[in-house]
Amino acid sequence: MTWNPAPRIEEKLEKILKAYPDKRAACLPALFLAQDELGWVPDDVMVWVSEKLGMPKSQVEGVATFYTMFNKKQVGKYHLELCTNISCSLCGAEQVLHALEDELGIKVKQTTEDGMFTLHEVECLATCGMGPAMQVGEVIYEELTPEKVPAIIAELRKKG
Amino acid sequence: MELYLTRHFGKPEAKTLAGYEKLGGFRTARKALTMKPEEIVAQVKAANLRGRGGAGFPAGVKWGFLPDNGRPRYLVVNADEGEPGTFKDRRLMEQDPFQLLEGILITCHAIRAKTAYIYVRGELITAARTLDAAIEEMRAKRYLGQRCMGTPVELDIFVHRGAGAYICGEETALLNSLEGKRGEPRLKPPFPAVAGAFADPTIVNNVETISAVPHIIEKGGAWFAGLGVEGDGGVRIFGVSGHVRKPGLYERPVGYNLRQLILEDCGGIRGGNQLKGVIPGGSSTPVLLPSEIDVPLSIAGLQAAGTMIGSAAIIVFDETTCVVRAMWRLARFYHHESCGQCTPCRDGCGWIEDILTRIENGRGTRADLETLEKTARGMSGTTICPLADACSMPTLAFLRKFRSEFEEHIEKQACPHGNRFVAPWEVK
Ligand SMILES: Cc1cc2nc3c(=O)[nH]c(=O)nc-3n(C[C@H](O)[C@H](O)[C@H](O)COP(=O)(O)O)c2cc1C
Ligand code: SF4
Ligand code: FES
Repeated sequence: MTWNPAPRIEEKLEKILKAYPDKRAACLPALFLAQDELGWVPDDVMVWVSEKLGMPKSQVEGVATFYTMFNKKQVGKYHLELCTNISCSLCGAEQVLHALEDELGIKVKQTTEDGMFTLHEVECLATCGMGPAMQVGEVIYEELTPEKVPAIIAELRKKG
Repeated sequence: MELYLTRHFGKPEAKTLAGYEKLGGFRTARKALTMKPEEIVAQVKAANLRGRGGAGFPAGVKWGFLPDNGRPRYLVVNADEGEPGTFKDRRLMEQDPFQLLEGILITCHAIRAKTAYIYVRGELITAARTLDAAIEEMRAKRYLGQRCMGTPVELDIFVHRGAGAYICGEETALLNSLEGKRGEPRLKPPFPAVAGAFADPTIVNNVETISAVPHIIEKGGAWFAGLGVEGDGGVRIFGVSGHVRKPGLYERPVGYNLRQLILEDCGGIRGGNQLKGVIPGGSSTPVLLPSEIDVPLSIAGLQAAGTMIGSAAIIVFDETTCVVRAMWRLARFYHHESCGQCTPCRDGCGWIEDILTRIENGRGTRADLETLEKTARGMSGTTICPLADACSMPTLAFLRKFRSEFEEHIEKQACPHGNRFVAPWEVK
């Protein structure tokens, strides 16, 4: 089964294709288009990409699994990605991670039962001077401390 | 000190085309588009501009490697900033997107490329959006397209987002990723200048390298060279993170003193603590002891100190830090990011992580230290790309310079800093 996106998605893909001399180069952008809509890249998206770009589905899957940002499983509405790499760790990222686990009642790599939050450790977010840092969608939180965690989670919960 | 690369940071007006032009922007591009490409390349050569992405190759020399074979040429800007400790390119793109785009315009004219891609790390969503908006403004004003700024120069620029893989910062992995493939490094030769993006001649340069180009063309290669040291010109953005009082980005001339940067400009160590070590060029570079930091921040200066300037990301840590744990965190990173093509890298990074996990957990043995050293040594120089070295070099340096701390972990069968677990969620 192939994914059947809205026409505006197909139009976006057509525009993206113009940027490259080879259709296959649109593989990552196409997967992003789908993930922006669905929150992850299910099997029918792989079929869609392979049909659109004229490449075998296995190749699309090989690409999708290579890159960590493509979610192979559904994630929570808020995907909390905390950097625990060196500069952030030096400044207390592990304590922040534990505070997040406690506040959410889950362990890292898990999703809350209400489907609101998924917690992941990620590698350096390129804002090392302002660590510990956490990315949630397009928002980045910097200079985190365990004390700041409850308010951040409460605010996201309130937004719903 | 006058600022060049970071002079627009904190000025929101620089993010619109009109605002950037009011600040003097695009005057240099206008001049450059009427220059001969060879003249621009000559200026960049004279500037001694060394690549800011990590390897430090002279930019002008690289541009001279493009073959004249009538094939399309590409400029690919490496904006995959992922080396732990490095946070300059994100800010360059978010705070002064047009400086980079002006640099791209000038560089593409110099190397006769009609298409440029900016490969932006997937996580840097704001940077990608900022650039996309800036490019749209340039297209609308015909600064891009068939006749850029009313000259015969033709160029378009596209943002291509990565999707979470540190290895895509390596230039040939990046090119594979741009082509829609898995980001696995390619065997060199052929080098990208000969067969790069879509098998055509391609120049790959870092964001900061290209952002420096307008300044070189505005004020001249000799001026830029004069700011730095012999063979290594200009200013650089040093990103200081970790246990200093004032972490952040510091634009300084090449050759600036590392000790002065940390102890004076960054306000010294937090809480009046003792300095324990400095990783001077991003997580892949060998650590320096406090007694070793009186060195000039240049490629040669740090090489003489037995390490590397890399991406100029300076990670500072104080006496409270457990070096076993710090190295373990890096080994875990490299193990996770190894693309798996080469056995010494795939297995070696994993072994290093496992051994460090054991030692930090108080279960290490003396034999572990020998295995650690042997494993790290065996990884060097045997792989397709330098990621294996990026893991083995810092491991060996930590082991050599802080050996007694590793031994203490083993003798006490515990972390002397009281870290009981490497990470409760990951104990093997
Ligand atoms: C594992 C690895 C990761 C790298 N990551 C980056 C990176 O994030 N950004 C970058 O500009 N260069 C990175 N490089 C260096 C590039 O391969 C290449 O040398 C650089 O982009 C060339 O541009 P420059 O000469 O302007 O520095 C990396 C190299 C390796 C081996
Ligand atoms: S050294 Fe490591 S990252 Fe580089 S190509 Fe080999 S396996 Fe991949
Ligand atoms: S180490 Fe956390 S943002 Fe770089």
